Amino acid sequence: MSVLLELSDIGKQFGGLAALTNVSLHINAGEIYGLIGPNGAGKTTLFNVITGLYQLDSGKFNFAGHDYQSTKPHLLAQAGIARTFQNIRLFANLTALENVMIGRHQRTGAGVLGALFRNKSTRIEERLSAERARELLRYVGITKSSQTLAKNLSYGEQRRLEIARALATEPKLLALDEPAAGMNATETESLKVLLQDIRTTGVTVMLIEHDVKLIMGLCDRVAVLDYGRKIAEGVPDDVRNNPAVIAAYLGAEESPSPAGGRGVGGEGR
Amino acid sequence: MMNKYMNNKVIYFVLLAALLALPFATDALLGRGWVRIVDFAMLYIMLALGLNIVVGYAGLLDLGYIAFFAVGAYCYALTGSPHLAMAFPSLFPDGLHLSFWIVVPMAALLAGGFGVLLGAPTLRLRGDYLAIVTLGFGEIIRIFMNNLNAPVNLTNGPQGISRIDPIQVAGVSLNATQEVFGIALPSVHLYFYLFLSFAVLVVFVSQRLEKSRIGRAWMAIREDEIAASSMGINTRNLKLLAFAMGAMFGGVSGTLFAGFQGFVSPESFSLMESVMVLCMVVLGGMGNIYGVILGGLMLALLPEVLRHSVVPLQQAMFGKTLIDPESLRMLLFGTALIVVMLYRPAGLWPSRVRRRELDADEVAP
Repeated sequence: MSVLLELSDIGKQFGGLAALTNVSLHINAGEIYGLIGPNGAGKTTLFNVITGLYQLDSGKFNFAGHDYQSTKPHLLAQAGIARTFQNIRLFANLTALENVMIGRHQRTGAGVLGALFRNKSTRIEERLSAERARELLRYVGITKSSQTLAKNLSYGEQRRLEIARALATEPKLLALDEPAAGMNATETESLKVLLQDIRTTGVTVMLIEHDVKLIMGLCDRVAVLDYGRKIAEGVPDDVRNNPAVIAAYLGAEESPSPAGGRGVGGEGR
Repeated sequence: MMNKYMNNKVIYFVLLAALLALPFATDALLGRGWVRIVDFAMLYIMLALGLNIVVGYAGLLDLGYIAFFAVGAYCYALTGSPHLAMAFPSLFPDGLHLSFWIVVPMAALLAGGFGVLLGAPTLRLRGDYLAIVTLGFGEIIRIFMNNLNAPVNLTNGPQGISRIDPIQVAGVSLNATQEVFGIALPSVHLYFYLFLSFAVLVVFVSQRLEKSRIGRAWMAIREDEIAASSMGINTRNLKLLAFAMGAMFGGVSGTLFAGFQGFVSPESFSLMESVMVLCMVVLGGMGNIYGVILGGLMLALLPEVLRHSVVPLQQAMFGKTLIDPESLRMLLFGTALIVVMLYRPAGLWPSRVRRRELDADEVAP
């Protein structure tokens, strides 16, 4: 198994607040990797660092063989990291189809001249781009008209549209920030099926999630952040019984009992 | 499908015929002066469409747009008038007197360059902050034009540059009445047809850009810049491109203006003009080409209609002129803006997407 993303001693401060401290982890190609932790643990900050929205203060990360320290979001997108956002950031006043076609931007090349003269290669590119976008809409299960404005889709469909848009960029790594937030049990279940299917297409998935049941049932490996530090990493079952994790979630006063079953995700059993 | 195609063809044909007949109809019904006013309206439409790229598509609020118009106008004024011969007799003994058709691409490039010059330092700014900086930029250009008569007399200062060569098309000057197929075409008619062809070109370019990969990327930036960059869009380059494309339209309109007027001076490029063009875009319908054309037409013609109706009306009613038409213009203009923003916030003719959005809001409360 080859390593796709490797973080080495990542640090990020906001003024006096250390949002991330010496976080090191690696994600193997083909994995579904979960990132959990209490609110404010630095999960989204970590996402913003590896997608170029934040510049890191120390350390570096390696993606697909290239080291990054400070870079731009669009360059990382071109390198093959695509993401969704915790608070949905679709292009609200554009149609579902246009949203996904914008995801195709970096994999297409028509410029101003192509737009003006609409020569053959531009026409073909536009057609393929629209076809691929429709395909992706069907793939993630958006059955409404592709001409519906993004803002008029239901909440669950908006989450799926974000995934379709991210997939349109042809990512190696799909980073999902709380994809199941606000979904009911049925929607979460079909999201799980979708993510498993995405993995079979060769895309590595990294997700932040609070739905522990989903994380435990889906992820190959899980890392736990607390106060900007990685406190545990490993296969879901180990992490669930890790004393540090239980302390982070439930408080540190009582010493955790290994057989107690009051660990993270206990409700899943 | 075929039927719809044919219908479209018929509509275009009728529209074309109407536009070709417009100067004659205006001349016959309202007089020669009005043809000139319609010519100016065409210029304003081109400006508004150029600004629509920056404001309507890319969502970058630009309050100094008229500066690019000024750059284009001075570009032709300098290269197409005896001014250089007077200012630098040793360098240009006869002036440059470049052909208009050489100056147009030059002016487009120069204005585009100025667009990038404005765009580069303002990349991180949005909304009102961007508006303030662009406003400053517009004023800087105007003040430069006003003061660049010393130490070297480049722009002739507030007096402006006069005796600009009339535009020639295929060796025929547009400044005199010409006979075409036995029909006498006065100068204003000729300029109308020239402006019309440029306006059609500008509409075509706008339409093509709107429905392209580039246009979609601009709209993505307008909707959500962070999401756009996360989807692999180089927001810096595309914003600069929007500024440059918009500025090019402005520059080309400027050369047409200089050739038409035969005279340019800094006072034609005041902040008020920038505001006026922005109002055309907003009032007509940001992001929709037809809306912007409507806005440009209305705001260019309204003051003239008032000028020609207010004084006679007051004379007839009160026997004297109580209110100056110029002050009444701003009053009505302000009222119109408030009314439109209250009742049609997306503009008189909103873009396809915006209209759908409003419809959807009505269906699903």
